[in-house]
Amino acid sequence: MRPLRSLWLGVPAGAAALLFGLPVLGLCLRAPWGELVGLLAQPAVAEALWLSLLSSGGATVLAVALGLPTAAWLASGQSRLRTLVRLLVLLPIVLPPIVGGVALLAAFGRAGVVGGWLAAAGVVLPFTTLATVVAAAYMGMPFFVLGAEAGLRSFDARYGEVAATLGAGPWRRFWTVTIPLVWPSLRTGALLCWARALGEYCATQTFAGNLAGTTRTMPLLCGVAMENDPGRAVALSLILAVVSLVVLFAVRRGLEVGR
Amino acid sequence: MNLELSGSVLRGEFALELQLTVSAGQTLALVGPNGAGKSTCLSVCAGLLALARGHLVVGGRVLDAPAQGVFVPPEARRIGWLPQQPLLFPHRTVQDNVAYGPLARGVPAAAARVRAEQWLERVGLAGYGPRRPHELSGGQAQRAALARTLAAEPEVLLLDEPLAAVDASARRELRALLHEHLGAFAGPRLLVTHDAVDAFVLAERIAVLEAGRVVQIGTAAELGSAPRSRYVADLVGLNFVVGAVHDSVFTAASGATLVVATAIEGAAVATVHPRAIALFRSRPDGSPRNVWQAPVLAIEAVPEANRVRLGGPLPLVAEVTPAAILALGLAVGAVVWVALKATEVQVAPA
Amino acid sequence: MPCSSASRARAVRWAVAAALLLVGAAAACGGARAATASVRVFAAASLAVPFAELARRFEAEHPELRIELHTAGTPQLVLQLREGAPADVFAAAAPEHMAQVEAMGRLAGAAREFARNHLAIAVAPGNPHGIQGLADLARPGLRVALCGPEVPAGRYARAALAKAAVAVASRSDEPSVVAVVTKVQLGELDAGIVYATDVRGPAVQGIALPREHDQIASYPIAALAKGGAPFGAAAFVVFVTGPVGRAVLQAHGFEVP
Repeated sequence: MRPLRSLWLGVPAGAAALLFGLPVLGLCLRAPWGELVGLLAQPAVAEALWLSLLSSGGATVLAVALGLPTAAWLASGQSRLRTLVRLLVLLPIVLPPIVGGVALLAAFGRAGVVGGWLAAAGVVLPFTTLATVVAAAYMGMPFFVLGAEAGLRSFDARYGEVAATLGAGPWRRFWTVTIPLVWPSLRTGALLCWARALGEYCATQTFAGNLAGTTRTMPLLCGVAMENDPGRAVALSLILAVVSLVVLFAVRRGLEVGR
Repeated sequence: MNLELSGSVLRGEFALELQLTVSAGQTLALVGPNGAGKSTCLSVCAGLLALARGHLVVGGRVLDAPAQGVFVPPEARRIGWLPQQPLLFPHRTVQDNVAYGPLARGVPAAAARVRAEQWLERVGLAGYGPRRPHELSGGQAQRAALARTLAAEPEVLLLDEPLAAVDASARRELRALLHEHLGAFAGPRLLVTHDAVDAFVLAERIAVLEAGRVVQIGTAAELGSAPRSRYVADLVGLNFVVGAVHDSVFTAASGATLVVATAIEGAAVATVHPRAIALFRSRPDGSPRNVWQAPVLAIEAVPEANRVRLGGPLPLVAEVTPAAILALGLAVGAVVWVALKATEVQVAPA
Repeated sequence: MPCSSASRARAVRWAVAAALLLVGAAAACGGARAATASVRVFAAASLAVPFAELARRFEAEHPELRIELHTAGTPQLVLQLREGAPADVFAAAAPEHMAQVEAMGRLAGAAREFARNHLAIAVAPGNPHGIQGLADLARPGLRVALCGPEVPAGRYARAALAKAAVAVASRSDEPSVVAVVTKVQLGELDAGIVYATDVRGPAVQGIALPREHDQIASYPIAALAKGGAPFGAAAFVVFVTGPVGRAVLQAHGFEVP
């Protein structure tokens, strides 16, 4: 029966491989390979790449800083309030990104719920680089919270209890026992968040705008290129893909070495 | 440095009534059926659970007193807790595990590491420091956990079934190790165990916990001579029957009667030592006042004897020699005559 | 996985059921297509509203034809046409894009100019910042944005600014006039340069440009070859450039040649 079973698994797996592989193949076939390196030297491209890395990195830092305490609270029990908060935090996953951008404007725009006060204090978010970080964090944080809460829930509380009886206070327990033991979930969640933040397009364009050097991340640059030079758009997409892979690889190695 | 616990704690839907005192240098074993609340009692002492009512005082220091609003968190109590599973931190080496307590208390890193090495030597794990917990066997891990608990220099020791997670071959060694270290420990010790042998070997006094209350505290001898519940009787190997006695006739709950020699009246428990029960192939003719027929349900071999489980309206366990089994031709399902002297039945008021 | 005859028979039954379902669906679709022919129209974003009304009136006059209207930024429509999207009619916001489509060899006939648009400055109702003309847009601290230069409206806006010799730092290169108008309405922008037809509603106020700075956007329309309904395409182009079409376009603020 073995050959038949691998056929049952192999056919759908093969179809999935095709679904994901064919677009990549298509891109590679259309890419102007000779111009790729030259593109990197162009200031517009280097600028956009730098902005992408900055905003996705900043978004991940923000997502972890806000998301870790949130996940810890969500994982610490069951209640209606927790269910509601979890729904709100996961909302950006189901929201179309352009709706996310409009929602951010409604909250933090000049005429937004909080934006009015921020503006009075001299802080205006739209059309700034900070806004790209906020938009990317808004779309990426749910992935981190999802993974972090799952990891924290599966954490065996008895380790914390033993640490307490050995004299470790709550803060020490959290950093020396809980975090190291849930580290794999946190790492995966953060990487997913970063990847989502890197690819963010519509929410960034709507909330932060599209200005070269300030808010034009790589996806936005690709979008502009799509309108008048599809070959350039393909090349830019490939550059972004390669850069992402390099960063992903380096971060994973760095995290593992540090452990 | 005494440990005094007196109070109740809520667990799920019912309350546990806990009342016990352990003096310095003493080990109190907590025994009882599953779900009786033994581990809960340890959790309360360790500070992982709070009392609903009552107080917990160690060495004159109030650790938990809800009426006064006092609750000292576990990290501030100097109470060592050795859980059932070793629960060594998997992401740290064995040495780092043992050094965790001293480090948490503020001992400088170098000194903590030295102390860890010393304790590992004392539990027979010298040189195991650089290993990871998953590389240790069950017994080794439990020893490392013991070293970790003791390295933190607690004032009280709580052990939750320390030998349960260890296989039989390592258990004797570990019991000896525990006996040595418990003896050397100056403060009060509380030991939870299922195993009567552990309790008798490691503890001076035994407290029996059943359904959330302490039913009996005493030495092994006291428990053996006057058990107050079926569990205690089973623990020390006695037969135990609940019923009522009137006019020297004990009537069990099942309706069976026994002639007994006692002046007690009213609700009572009768205990019979397995060795006091004699078995015959045919109806015996002699002085025993209690004679009846019963089927053999099971025969178990214990060291130097056989325990015969009898059925019928008065289920009892009798202890006979292997030779007697052969002579009587006893087998499961056979019907034998049982004789029991009235004077051999101990009756105590319920 | 047991290869018993029972499970095989069940698999055959499912396959037959699925096949029947597919055939039936195809027949139903085919039947529907036989009843009305669809004319797929690609139109620039600024034509969305007038073309919706034109489509309704056309369908009323030609009950056997159905208009499928797709509106998007003109460059995006060109991209889709380049990738082989099936379409019967193309109405662009600038002649350059029509020329690109012509270069692809997709036109079925010559393109014709059917409408014109002027530029306008969009501001919040009441003109709170008191903007009078292009020169005011260069005021420091004012939040102004244009469409990106790849979009026709963006090109025209930059040409107008150049003509007026005004340097404006656009906060963002917005993807379409709709985005600019929306942000002005939301209060994120103080002003933007869009088409005159975009500032007709009550939510936004428009300021016309003087003739010497104004840019005229010329809208060409053409029937496309290799579409599914050549007769319908030609009929629609005639309708748009005819008296009914001109009246509708004028009613929506466009100029007609």
